[in-house]
Amino acid sequence: MFWNEKIETMPREDLEELQLKKLQETVKRAFNKIPYYNQKYSEAEVFPEDIETLKDIEKLPFITKDDLRESYPFGLFAVDIKDIKEIHSSSGTTGKPVVSGYTEKDLDTWAETIARGLTMMGIGEEDILQNTHGYGMFTGGFGVHYGCHKVGATIIPISTGQTRRQIEIMSDFGTTGLIFTPSYGIHLGEVALEDGIDPKDLRIKAIGFGAEGWTEEIRHRVEEIFGTKAYNIYGLTELMGPGVGIECEAQNGLHIAEDIYYPEIIDPNTEKVIGAEKSGELVLTNLEREGMPVIRFRTKDLTRITYEKCDCGRTHARISRITGRSDDMIKVKGVAIFPSQIEKALLKVGDVEPHYMIIVTRPGTLDEIEVKVEASQDIFFDGVKEMMNIQEKIGKSIENETGIRVKVTLVEPKTLPRFEGKAKRVIDKRNLH
Amino acid sequence: MKIKQLSIFLQNRMGSLSKPLEVLSEADVNIKAMCMADTSEFGILRLVVDNPEKGKEALEENNFLVKLTEIIGVEMNDTPGGLTSVLKVIKDHEIDLEYLYAFTHEKVGKAILLLHADKLDNLVEALQDNDMVIVPADEVYNL
Repeated sequence: MFWNEKIETMPREDLEELQLKKLQETVKRAFNKIPYYNQKYSEAEVFPEDIETLKDIEKLPFITKDDLRESYPFGLFAVDIKDIKEIHSSSGTTGKPVVSGYTEKDLDTWAETIARGLTMMGIGEEDILQNTHGYGMFTGGFGVHYGCHKVGATIIPISTGQTRRQIEIMSDFGTTGLIFTPSYGIHLGEVALEDGIDPKDLRIKAIGFGAEGWTEEIRHRVEEIFGTKAYNIYGLTELMGPGVGIECEAQNGLHIAEDIYYPEIIDPNTEKVIGAEKSGELVLTNLEREGMPVIRFRTKDLTRITYEKCDCGRTHARISRITGRSDDMIKVKGVAIFPSQIEKALLKVGDVEPHYMIIVTRPGTLDEIEVKVEASQDIFFDGVKEMMNIQEKIGKSIENETGIRVKVTLVEPKTLPRFEGKAKRVIDKRNLH
Repeated sequence: MKIKQLSIFLQNRMGSLSKPLEVLSEADVNIKAMCMADTSEFGILRLVVDNPEKGKEALEENNFLVKLTEIIGVEMNDTPGGLTSVLKVIKDHEIDLEYLYAFTHEKVGKAILLLHADKLDNLVEALQDNDMVIVPADEVYNL
Protein backbone atom coordinates (compact mmCIF):
# COMPACT_ATOMS: atom_id res chain seq x y z
CA MET A 1 0.00 0.00 0.00
CA PHE A 2 1.27 3.43 -0.94
CA TRP A 3 -0.05 6.84 -0.07
CA ASN A 4 1.66 8.52 -3.01
CA GLU A 5 2.75 5.68 -5.28
CA LYS A 6 4.05 7.86 -8.08
CA ILE A 7 6.45 9.74 -5.85
CA GLU A 8 7.32 6.91 -3.49
CA THR A 9 8.25 4.47 -6.22
CA MET A 10 9.71 7.00 -8.65
CA PRO A 11 12.80 5.75 -10.51
CA ARG A 12 15.86 7.20 -8.80
CA GLU A 13 16.95 9.08 -11.87
CA ASP A 14 13.66 10.95 -12.01
CA LEU A 15 13.68 11.45 -8.26
CA GLU A 16 17.14 13.01 -8.41
CA GLU A 17 16.06 15.30 -11.18
CA LEU A 18 13.11 16.40 -9.06
CA GLN A 19 15.40 16.88 -6.05
CA LEU A 20 17.81 19.04 -8.04
CA LYS A 21 15.01 21.25 -9.30
CA LYS A 22 13.63 21.67 -5.77
CA LEU A 23 17.10 22.24 -4.31
CA GLN A 24 17.86 24.98 -6.80
CA GLU A 25 14.58 26.68 -5.99
CA THR A 26 15.11 26.34 -2.26
CA VAL A 27 18.64 27.76 -2.33
CA LYS A 28 17.54 30.63 -4.53
CA ARG A 29 14.63 31.51 -2.28
CA ALA A 30 16.71 31.23 0.86
CA PHE A 31 19.45 33.42 -0.64
CA ASN A 32 17.00 36.06 -1.79
CA LYS A 33 14.63 36.12 1.17
CA ILE A 34 16.66 35.27 4.26
CA PRO A 35 19.53 37.57 5.29
CA TYR A 36 21.22 34.74 7.21
CA TYR A 37 21.75 32.66 4.05
CA ASN A 38 22.54 35.69 1.95
CA GLN A 39 25.34 36.73 4.26
CA LYS A 40 26.66 33.24 4.91
CA TYR A 41 26.70 32.17 1.26
CA SER A 42 28.17 35.50 0.15
CA GLU A 43 30.97 35.07 2.69
CA ALA A 44 31.60 31.56 1.41
CA GLU A 45 31.41 32.90 -2.14
CA VAL A 46 28.85 30.38 -3.20
CA PHE A 47 25.72 31.52 -5.00
CA PRO A 48 22.43 29.91 -6.09
CA GLU A 49 23.65 29.58 -9.68
CA ASP A 50 26.54 27.40 -8.48
CA ILE A 51 24.08 24.59 -7.76
CA GLU A 52 24.13 22.76 -11.07
CA THR A 53 24.09 19.19 -9.82
CA LEU A 54 22.91 17.58 -6.58
CA LYS A 55 26.52 17.10 -5.57
CA ASP A 56 26.97 20.87 -5.69
CA ILE A 57 25.06 21.02 -2.40
CA GLU A 58 28.42 20.17 -0.81
CA LYS A 59 29.63 23.66 -1.69
CA LEU A 60 27.10 25.15 0.73
CA PRO A 61 28.02 25.73 4.36
CA PHE A 62 26.24 23.74 7.07
CA ILE A 63 23.66 25.19 9.43
CA THR A 64 23.70 24.13 13.08
CA LYS A 65 21.35 24.26 16.04
CA ASP A 66 23.34 27.24 17.30
CA ASP A 67 22.74 29.13 14.06
CA LEU A 68 19.03 28.45 14.44
CA ARG A 69 19.10 29.68 18.01
CA GLU A 70 20.88 32.86 17.02
CA SER A 71 18.11 33.56 14.58
CA TYR A 72 15.57 33.35 17.41
CA PRO A 73 12.69 33.77 17.04
CA PHE A 74 11.78 34.47 13.39
CA GLY A 75 15.16 35.22 11.78
CA LEU A 76 15.01 32.29 9.37
CA PHE A 77 11.49 32.82 8.13
CA ALA A 78 11.33 33.31 4.40
CA VAL A 79 7.79 34.69 4.42
CA ASP A 80 5.82 37.38 6.16
CA ILE A 81 4.39 36.47 9.54
CA LYS A 82 0.90 36.79 8.00
CA ASP A 83 1.69 33.70 5.93
CA ILE A 84 2.92 31.68 8.90
CA LYS A 85 0.03 29.59 10.16
CA GLU A 86 1.68 27.72 12.99
CA ILE A 87 4.78 27.85 15.13
CA HIS A 88 6.46 25.01 16.98
CA SER A 89 9.52 24.89 19.16
CA SER A 90 12.04 22.31 20.31
CA SER A 91 12.02 20.95 23.84
CA GLY A 92 15.71 21.77 24.24
CA THR A 93 16.25 24.27 26.98
CA THR A 94 19.85 25.35 26.37
CA GLY A 95 19.47 29.08 26.00
CA LYS A 96 16.89 30.07 23.43
CA PRO A 97 14.79 27.29 21.92
CA VAL A 98 14.71 26.54 18.21
CA VAL A 99 11.60 27.93 16.56
CA SER A 100 10.02 26.38 13.50
CA GLY A 101 7.43 28.19 11.37
CA TYR A 102 4.93 26.66 8.93
CA THR A 103 2.83 28.11 6.15
CA GLU A 104 -0.43 26.46 5.21
CA LYS A 105 1.36 24.58 2.45
CA ASP A 106 4.10 23.49 4.87
CA LEU A 107 1.51 21.99 7.21
CA ASP A 108 0.15 20.09 4.25
CA THR A 109 3.61 18.88 3.26
CA TRP A 110 4.22 17.78 6.82
CA ALA A 111 0.91 15.92 6.88
CA GLU A 112 1.85 14.31 3.56
CA THR A 113 5.02 12.77 5.05
CA ILE A 114 3.10 11.40 8.04
CA ALA A 115 0.31 10.14 5.77
CA ARG A 116 2.87 8.18 3.75
CA GLY A 117 4.21 6.71 7.00
CA LEU A 118 0.81 5.80 8.40
CA THR A 119 0.01 4.07 5.13
CA MET A 120 3.29 2.13 5.41
CA MET A 121 2.09 1.03 8.83
CA GLY A 122 -1.26 -0.03 7.40
CA ILE A 123 -3.26 2.79 9.00
CA GLY A 124 -6.08 4.10 6.84
CA GLU A 125 -9.64 5.44 6.86
CA GLU A 126 -11.05 2.59 8.91
CA ASP A 127 -8.59 3.06 11.73
CA ILE A 128 -8.65 4.77 15.11
CA LEU A 129 -5.27 6.21 16.05
CA GLN A 130 -4.45 7.04 19.65
CA ASN A 131 -1.71 9.65 19.74
CA THR A 132 0.10 9.70 23.09
CA HIS A 133 2.66 12.26 21.92
CA GLY A 134 2.36 15.55 23.77
CA TYR A 135 0.30 18.24 22.08
CA GLY A 136 1.70 21.74 22.23
CA MET A 137 4.91 23.24 20.94
CA PHE A 138 6.41 19.75 20.63
CA THR A 139 6.06 18.66 16.99
CA GLY A 140 5.25 15.04 17.85
CA GLY A 141 1.63 15.70 18.78
CA PHE A 142 0.39 17.88 15.92
CA GLY A 143 2.55 16.30 13.22
CA VAL A 144 0.93 12.93 13.76
CA HIS A 145 -2.45 14.64 14.16
CA TYR A 146 -2.34 16.33 10.74
CA GLY A 147 -1.07 13.19 9.04
CA CYS A 148 -3.88 11.21 10.58
CA HIS A 149 -6.45 13.66 9.20
CA LYS A 150 -4.85 13.34 5.80
CA VAL A 151 -5.19 9.56 5.65
CA GLY A 152 -8.71 9.90 6.97
CA ALA A 153 -8.27 7.85 10.10
CA THR A 154 -9.95 8.81 13.37
CA ILE A 155 -7.55 10.50 15.75
CA ILE A 156 -7.75 10.35 19.54
CA PRO A 157 -5.61 13.32 20.62
CA ILE A 158 -5.13 12.05 24.15
CA SER A 159 -1.59 13.38 24.52
CA THR A 160 0.89 12.12 27.15
CA GLY A 161 0.14 10.71 30.60
CA GLN A 162 -3.05 9.52 32.29
CA THR A 163 -1.92 5.97 31.71
CA ARG A 164 -5.02 4.25 33.08
CA ARG A 165 -7.31 6.46 31.01
CA GLN A 166 -5.21 5.65 27.95
CA ILE A 167 -5.85 1.96 28.55
CA GLU A 168 -9.55 2.45 29.18
CA ILE A 169 -9.92 4.41 25.94
CA MET A 170 -7.85 1.89 23.98
CA SER A 171 -10.20 -0.79 25.11
CA ASP A 172 -13.54 1.11 24.98
CA PHE A 173 -12.96 3.04 21.72
CA GLY A 174 -11.36 0.10 19.95
CA THR A 175 -8.09 1.86 19.17
CA THR A 176 -6.31 0.17 16.24
CA GLY A 177 -3.15 2.28 16.04
CA LEU A 178 -0.89 3.67 18.73
CA ILE A 179 1.77 6.36 18.65
CA PHE A 180 4.16 6.48 21.60
CA THR A 181 7.77 6.68 22.74
CA PRO A 182 9.07 3.12 23.25
CA SER A 183 9.62 3.54 26.98
CA TYR A 184 6.13 4.95 27.50
CA GLY A 185 4.70 2.17 25.36
CA ILE A 186 6.27 -0.51 27.51
CA HIS A 187 5.03 1.28 30.61
CA LEU A 188 1.54 1.47 29.11
CA GLY A 189 1.59 -2.24 28.35
CA GLU A 190 2.78 -3.17 31.80
CA VAL A 191 0.16 -1.09 33.56
CA ALA A 192 -2.51 -2.69 31.38
CA LEU A 193 -1.28 -6.16 32.33
CA GLU A 194 -1.29 -5.18 36.01
CA ASP A 195 -4.93 -4.18 35.62
CA GLY A 196 -5.75 -7.52 34.08
CA ILE A 197 -6.00 -6.29 30.49
CA ASP A 198 -3.83 -8.10 27.99
CA PRO A 199 -2.85 -5.54 25.31
CA LYS A 200 -2.76 -8.44 22.82
CA ASP A 201 -6.53 -8.81 23.24
CA LEU A 202 -7.11 -5.19 22.18
CA ARG A 203 -7.56 -4.32 18.52
CA ILE A 204 -4.14 -2.71 18.05
CA LYS A 205 -2.74 -3.53 14.63
CA ALA A 206 0.15 -1.08 14.29
CA ILE A 207 2.36 1.02 16.49
CA GLY A 208 4.46 4.00 15.50
CA PHE A 209 7.20 5.03 17.84
CA GLY A 210 10.00 7.51 18.05
CA ALA A 211 11.27 10.62 19.84
CA GLU A 212 13.85 8.63 21.79
CA GLY A 213 16.57 6.02 21.40
CA TRP A 214 15.70 2.36 21.22
CA THR A 215 17.16 -0.99 20.28
CA GLU A 216 15.85 -4.02 18.42
CA GLU A 217 15.30 -5.64 21.85
CA ILE A 218 13.04 -2.77 22.86
CA ARG A 219 11.13 -3.11 19.60
CA HIS A 220 10.68 -6.83 20.19
CA ARG A 221 9.47 -6.17 23.70
CA VAL A 222 6.89 -3.64 22.44
CA GLU A 223 5.77 -6.01 19.69
CA GLU A 224 5.52 -8.87 22.16
CA ILE A 225 3.44 -6.88 24.63
CA PHE A 226 0.98 -5.58 22.04
CA GLY A 227 1.10 -8.56 19.72
CA THR A 228 1.64 -6.38 16.68
CA LYS A 229 4.33 -4.65 14.63
CA ALA A 230 6.03 -1.45 15.78
CA TYR A 231 7.45 1.04 13.27
CA ASN A 232 10.11 3.63 13.80
CA ILE A 233 9.37 7.29 13.09
CA TYR A 234 12.15 9.85 12.84
CA GLY A 235 12.03 13.60 12.65
CA LEU A 236 13.31 16.90 13.93
CA THR A 237 11.57 20.15 14.81
CA GLU A 238 14.24 22.07 12.89
CA LEU A 239 13.29 20.42 9.61
CA MET A 240 9.53 20.17 10.24
CA GLY A 241 8.88 17.46 12.81
CA PRO A 242 8.24 13.71 12.77
CA GLY A 243 7.94 12.14 9.35
CA VAL A 244 11.41 12.84 7.95
CA GLY A 245 11.89 9.07 7.98
CA ILE A 246 9.40 6.27 8.64
CA GLU A 247 9.69 2.50 8.46
CA CYS A 248 7.68 0.45 6.01
CA GLU A 249 6.41 -3.10 6.57
CA ALA A 250 9.87 -4.46 5.73
CA GLN A 251 11.13 -2.88 9.00
CA ASN A 252 14.52 -2.61 7.41
CA GLY A 253 15.40 1.06 7.75
CA LEU A 254 13.41 4.28 7.63
CA HIS A 255 12.40 5.71 4.25
CA ILE A 256 13.38 9.34 3.96
CA ALA A 257 10.71 11.30 2.10
CA GLU A 258 13.34 12.25 -0.44
CA ASP A 259 11.25 14.62 -2.50
CA ILE A 260 10.78 16.65 0.69
CA TYR A 261 14.08 16.16 2.54
CA TYR A 262 17.51 15.75 0.99
CA PRO A 263 19.75 13.52 3.13
CA GLU A 264 23.54 13.42 3.26
CA ILE A 265 25.85 11.46 5.52
CA ILE A 266 29.05 13.19 6.60
CA ASP A 267 32.05 12.33 8.70
CA PRO A 268 31.39 14.55 11.74
CA ASN A 269 35.10 15.28 12.14
CA THR A 270 36.18 16.09 8.59
CA GLU A 271 32.67 17.32 7.65
CA LYS A 272 33.09 15.59 4.27
CA VAL A 273 30.25 13.67 2.68
CA ILE A 274 30.97 9.95 2.96
CA GLY A 275 28.05 8.54 1.02
CA ALA A 276 26.07 5.36 1.32
CA GLU A 277 26.51 2.29 3.54
CA LYS A 278 28.91 3.99 5.95
CA SER A 279 28.08 5.23 9.41
CA GLY A 280 28.21 8.99 9.88
CA GLU A 281 26.22 12.07 10.80
CA LEU A 282 22.96 12.76 9.03
CA VAL A 283 22.67 16.16 7.35
CA LEU A 284 19.23 17.22 6.11
CA THR A 285 17.90 19.85 3.74
CA ASN A 286 14.31 20.98 3.26
CA LEU A 287 13.39 20.64 -0.39
CA GLU A 288 9.80 21.66 0.02
CA ARG A 289 9.33 24.34 2.60
CA GLU A 290 8.02 27.86 2.28
CA GLY A 291 8.06 29.17 5.81
CA MET A 292 11.54 28.30 6.93
CA PRO A 293 13.80 26.46 4.51
CA VAL A 294 16.65 24.80 6.41
CA ILE A 295 19.62 23.89 4.25
CA ARG A 296 22.28 21.38 5.26
CA PHE A 297 21.27 21.04 8.89
CA ARG A 298 23.69 19.02 11.00
CA THR A 299 21.41 16.70 12.94
CA LYS A 300 24.28 15.22 15.03
CA ASP A 301 22.43 11.93 14.75
CA LEU A 302 24.58 9.01 13.66
CA THR A 303 23.19 6.59 11.10
CA ARG A 304 23.86 4.88 7.76
CA ILE A 305 22.02 5.37 4.48
CA THR A 306 21.22 2.98 1.66
CA TYR A 307 19.81 3.74 -1.79
CA GLU A 308 19.03 0.07 -2.55
CA LYS A 309 15.45 -0.46 -3.60
CA CYS A 310 13.39 -1.73 -0.68
CA ASP A 311 11.35 -4.95 -0.67
CA CYS A 312 8.27 -2.79 -0.29
CA GLY A 313 8.84 -1.31 -3.74
CA ARG A 314 9.77 2.19 -2.59
CA THR A 315 12.79 3.79 -4.19
CA HIS A 316 13.38 6.40 -1.51
CA ALA A 317 16.59 6.00 0.49
CA ARG A 318 16.54 4.36 3.87
CA ILE A 319 18.49 5.25 7.01
CA SER A 320 19.26 2.78 9.78
CA ARG A 321 17.89 3.52 13.23
CA ILE A 322 19.85 6.27 14.98
CA THR A 323 22.79 4.60 16.70
CA GLY A 324 24.15 7.56 18.62
CA ARG A 325 25.09 11.21 18.57
CA SER A 326 28.13 13.01 17.25
CA ASP A 327 27.83 15.40 20.20
CA ASP A 328 27.21 14.60 23.86
CA MET A 329 23.47 15.09 23.90
CA ILE A 330 21.46 12.50 25.78
CA LYS A 331 17.77 11.95 25.52
CA VAL A 332 16.04 11.23 28.78
CA LYS A 333 12.29 10.76 28.98
CA GLY A 334 12.13 12.18 25.45
CA VAL A 335 13.87 15.41 26.50
CA ALA A 336 17.24 16.39 25.06
CA ILE A 337 19.88 17.16 27.66
CA PHE A 338 23.43 18.37 27.18
CA PRO A 339 26.09 18.03 29.87
CA SER A 340 26.71 21.76 29.39
CA GLN A 341 23.28 22.39 30.91
CA ILE A 342 24.19 20.41 34.00
CA GLU A 343 27.44 22.34 34.17
CA LYS A 344 25.60 25.63 33.99
CA ALA A 345 23.20 24.51 36.70
CA LEU A 346 26.07 23.51 38.98
CA LEU A 347 27.83 26.83 38.47
CA LYS A 348 24.73 28.60 39.67
CA VAL A 349 24.99 26.81 43.00
CA GLY A 350 28.73 26.92 43.72
CA ASP A 351 31.36 29.35 42.52
CA VAL A 352 33.71 26.83 41.03
CA GLU A 353 32.82 24.24 38.48
CA PRO A 354 32.69 20.93 40.27
CA HIS A 355 33.48 17.55 38.85
CA TYR A 356 30.35 15.69 37.98
CA MET A 357 29.07 12.65 36.19
CA ILE A 358 25.67 11.94 34.70
CA ILE A 359 24.41 8.41 35.05
CA VAL A 360 21.36 7.42 33.06
CA THR A 361 19.61 4.17 33.86
CA ARG A 362 16.32 2.52 33.08
CA PRO A 363 15.62 0.36 36.12
CA GLY A 364 12.13 -0.58 34.95
CA THR A 365 10.73 0.94 31.82
CA LEU A 366 11.28 4.60 32.63
CA ASP A 367 14.51 6.56 32.52
CA GLU A 368 16.23 7.71 35.67
CA ILE A 369 19.03 10.16 35.82
CA GLU A 370 21.50 10.61 38.62
CA VAL A 371 24.03 13.40 38.80
CA LYS A 372 27.04 12.64 40.97
CA VAL A 373 28.78 15.78 42.12
CA GLU A 374 32.11 15.87 43.89
CA ALA A 375 31.72 17.91 47.04
CA SER A 376 34.18 20.79 47.31
CA GLN A 377 35.07 23.47 49.88
CA ASP A 378 32.49 25.93 48.59
CA ILE A 379 29.63 23.48 48.89
CA PHE A 380 30.73 21.74 52.08
CA PHE A 381 29.27 22.77 55.40
CA ASP A 382 29.53 21.25 58.84
CA GLY A 383 25.82 20.52 59.04
CA VAL A 384 23.60 17.80 57.63
CA LYS A 385 20.79 20.31 57.11
CA GLU A 386 23.00 22.61 55.06
CA MET A 387 24.29 19.71 53.00
CA MET A 388 20.78 18.48 52.28
CA ASN A 389 19.92 22.04 51.23
CA ILE A 390 22.86 22.07 48.85
CA GLN A 391 21.72 18.79 47.33
CA GLU A 392 18.23 20.14 46.92
CA LYS A 393 19.50 23.42 45.45
CA ILE A 394 21.58 21.55 42.88
CA GLY A 395 18.57 19.39 42.01
CA LYS A 396 16.32 22.44 41.58
CA SER A 397 18.92 24.26 39.52
CA ILE A 398 19.27 21.27 37.20
CA GLU A 399 15.52 20.98 36.92
CA ASN A 400 15.27 24.67 35.99
CA GLU A 401 17.91 24.25 33.35
CA THR A 402 16.76 20.96 31.82
CA GLY A 403 13.16 20.49 32.87
CA ILE A 404 14.04 17.08 34.22
CA ARG A 405 14.06 16.01 37.84
CA VAL A 406 17.26 14.21 38.73
CA LYS A 407 18.70 12.49 41.74
CA VAL A 408 21.70 14.40 43.06
CA THR A 409 24.39 12.52 44.97
CA LEU A 410 27.29 14.29 46.60
CA VAL A 411 30.46 12.23 46.49
CA GLU A 412 33.92 12.62 48.01
CA PRO A 413 36.53 14.68 46.14
CA LYS A 414 38.59 12.93 43.47
CA THR A 415 36.40 9.84 43.46
CA LEU A 416 34.89 10.36 40.01
CA PRO A 417 36.96 9.15 37.07
CA ARG A 418 39.26 11.69 35.41
CA PHE A 419 39.80 11.77 31.67
CA GLU A 420 42.63 13.04 29.59
CA GLY A 421 41.42 15.47 27.00
CA LYS A 422 37.68 15.66 26.57
CA ALA A 423 35.90 14.59 29.73
CA LYS A 424 33.35 11.83 29.53
CA ARG A 425 30.46 13.19 31.53
CA VAL A 426 27.75 10.70 30.74
CA ILE A 427 27.43 7.05 31.58
CA ASP A 428 24.41 5.71 29.79
CA LYS A 429 23.54 2.32 31.24
CA ARG A 430 20.38 1.93 29.20
CA ASN A 431 22.17 0.04 26.40
CA LEU A 432 20.28 1.83 23.69
CA HIS A 433 22.97 1.65 21.06
CA MET B 1 38.85 29.00 74.17
CA LYS B 2 37.12 27.68 71.08
CA ILE B 3 38.07 24.18 70.04
CA LYS B 4 38.93 23.51 66.42
CA GLN B 5 37.06 20.45 65.32
CA LEU B 6 37.73 18.53 62.12
CA SER B 7 34.61 18.08 59.99
CA ILE B 8 35.13 15.53 57.23
CA PHE B 9 32.78 14.81 54.34
CA LEU B 10 32.29 11.09 53.72
CA GLN B 11 30.07 9.06 51.49
CA ASN B 12 27.84 6.60 53.28
CA ARG B 13 29.25 3.33 52.06
CA MET B 14 31.00 0.30 53.42
CA GLY B 15 34.46 1.08 54.73
CA SER B 16 34.41 4.82 54.18
CA LEU B 17 35.22 5.55 57.80
CA SER B 18 38.43 3.55 57.97
CA LYS B 19 40.49 5.48 55.41
CA PRO B 20 40.47 8.90 57.15
CA LEU B 21 41.18 7.24 60.49
CA GLU B 22 44.15 5.44 58.95
CA VAL B 23 45.44 8.71 57.56
CA LEU B 24 45.27 10.31 61.01
CA SER B 25 46.97 7.37 62.60
CA GLU B 26 49.78 7.56 60.00
CA ALA B 27 50.17 11.25 60.76
CA ASP B 28 50.34 10.46 64.48
CA VAL B 29 47.23 12.51 65.25
CA ASN B 30 45.29 11.30 68.24
CA ILE B 31 41.52 11.40 68.42
CA LYS B 32 39.99 12.69 71.64
CA ALA B 33 36.32 12.59 70.78
CA MET B 34 34.22 11.86 67.74
CA CYS B 35 30.72 11.86 66.42
CA MET B 36 29.16 11.01 63.11
CA ALA B 37 26.17 12.68 61.48
CA ASP B 38 24.84 10.62 58.65
CA THR B 39 22.16 10.42 55.99
CA SER B 40 21.47 7.50 53.68
CA GLU B 41 24.00 8.88 51.19
CA PHE B 42 26.63 10.89 53.00
CA GLY B 43 27.91 11.67 56.45
CA ILE B 44 29.92 14.26 58.29
CA LEU B 45 32.57 12.87 60.58
CA ARG B 46 33.40 15.26 63.41
CA LEU B 47 36.61 14.77 65.32
CA VAL B 48 38.35 16.52 68.18
CA VAL B 49 42.05 15.69 67.92
CA ASP B 50 45.27 16.71 69.65
CA ASN B 51 46.55 18.66 66.62
CA PRO B 52 43.74 19.87 64.34
CA GLU B 53 45.96 21.71 61.82
CA LYS B 54 48.20 18.72 61.34
CA GLY B 55 45.16 16.46 61.02
CA LYS B 56 43.57 18.70 58.41
CA GLU B 57 46.77 18.86 56.39
CA ALA B 58 47.21 15.08 56.39
CA LEU B 59 43.59 14.49 55.39
CA GLU B 60 43.70 17.06 52.61
CA GLU B 61 46.87 15.53 51.24
CA ASN B 62 44.79 12.39 50.88
CA ASN B 63 42.03 14.23 49.02
CA PHE B 64 39.56 14.40 51.87
CA LEU B 65 37.21 17.30 52.11
CA VAL B 66 37.86 18.82 55.54
CA LYS B 67 36.81 21.95 57.35
CA LEU B 68 37.95 23.29 60.69
CA THR B 69 34.84 24.13 62.67
CA GLU B 70 34.82 25.99 65.94
CA ILE B 71 33.00 24.36 68.82
CA ILE B 72 33.18 24.81 72.56
CA GLY B 73 33.66 22.38 75.43
CA VAL B 74 31.85 22.82 78.71
CA GLU B 75 32.47 20.87 81.85
CA MET B 76 29.49 19.10 83.31
CA ASN B 77 28.85 16.78 86.21
CA ASP B 78 29.08 13.10 85.35
CA THR B 79 25.89 12.41 87.33
CA PRO B 80 22.24 11.97 86.43
CA GLY B 81 20.92 15.38 85.41
CA GLY B 82 24.35 16.76 84.55
CA LEU B 83 23.52 17.26 80.89
CA THR B 84 20.01 18.54 81.62
CA SER B 85 21.30 21.42 83.72
CA VAL B 86 23.54 22.64 80.87
CA LEU B 87 20.78 22.28 78.30
CA LYS B 88 18.36 24.22 80.49
CA VAL B 89 20.65 27.26 80.43
CA ILE B 90 20.91 27.04 76.63
CA LYS B 91 17.19 26.71 76.23
CA ASP B 92 16.45 29.57 78.60
CA HIS B 93 18.67 31.82 76.49
CA GLU B 94 16.89 30.67 73.33
CA ILE B 95 20.04 29.52 71.65
CA ASP B 96 19.58 27.05 68.82
CA LEU B 97 22.06 24.18 69.13
CA GLU B 98 23.28 22.59 65.91
CA TYR B 99 24.70 19.47 67.51
CA LEU B 100 26.42 18.15 70.59
CA TYR B 101 28.42 15.18 71.80
CA ALA B 102 30.24 14.35 74.99
CA PHE B 103 33.07 12.35 76.41
CA THR B 104 34.54 11.50 79.80
CA HIS B 105 38.21 11.71 80.73
CA GLU B 106 40.46 11.18 83.76
CA LYS B 107 38.78 13.90 85.81
CA VAL B 108 36.57 11.84 88.10
CA GLY B 109 32.94 12.94 88.37
CA LYS B 110 33.24 15.29 85.40
CA ALA B 111 32.58 14.98 81.67
CA ILE B 112 33.09 17.36 78.77
CA LEU B 113 30.17 18.37 76.63
CA LEU B 114 31.06 19.60 73.12
CA LEU B 115 28.63 22.07 71.59
CA HIS B 116 28.09 23.78 68.29
CA ALA B 117 25.68 26.63 67.60
CA ASP B 118 25.49 29.39 65.03
CA LYS B 119 25.79 32.00 67.76
CA LEU B 120 28.77 30.50 69.50
CA ASP B 121 29.73 33.71 71.36
CA ASN B 122 26.25 34.10 72.82
CA LEU B 123 26.42 30.48 73.92
CA VAL B 124 29.73 31.03 75.72
CA GLU B 125 28.40 34.13 77.41
CA ALA B 126 25.22 32.42 78.55
CA LEU B 127 27.11 29.47 80.01
CA GLN B 128 29.66 31.67 81.77
CA ASP B 129 26.92 33.84 83.23
CA ASN B 130 25.57 30.69 84.80
CA ASP B 131 28.94 29.74 86.28
CA MET B 132 29.61 26.91 83.89
CA VAL B 133 33.23 26.09 83.17
CA ILE B 134 34.30 26.45 79.55
CA VAL B 135 37.21 24.08 78.98
CA PRO B 136 40.10 25.82 77.16
CA ALA B 137 40.92 24.37 73.78
CA ASP B 138 44.52 23.56 74.72
CA GLU B 139 43.32 21.58 77.68
CA VAL B 140 41.08 19.47 75.44
CA TYR B 141 43.85 18.90 72.85
CA ASN B 142 46.26 17.81 75.61
CA LEU B 143 43.96 15.61 77.63
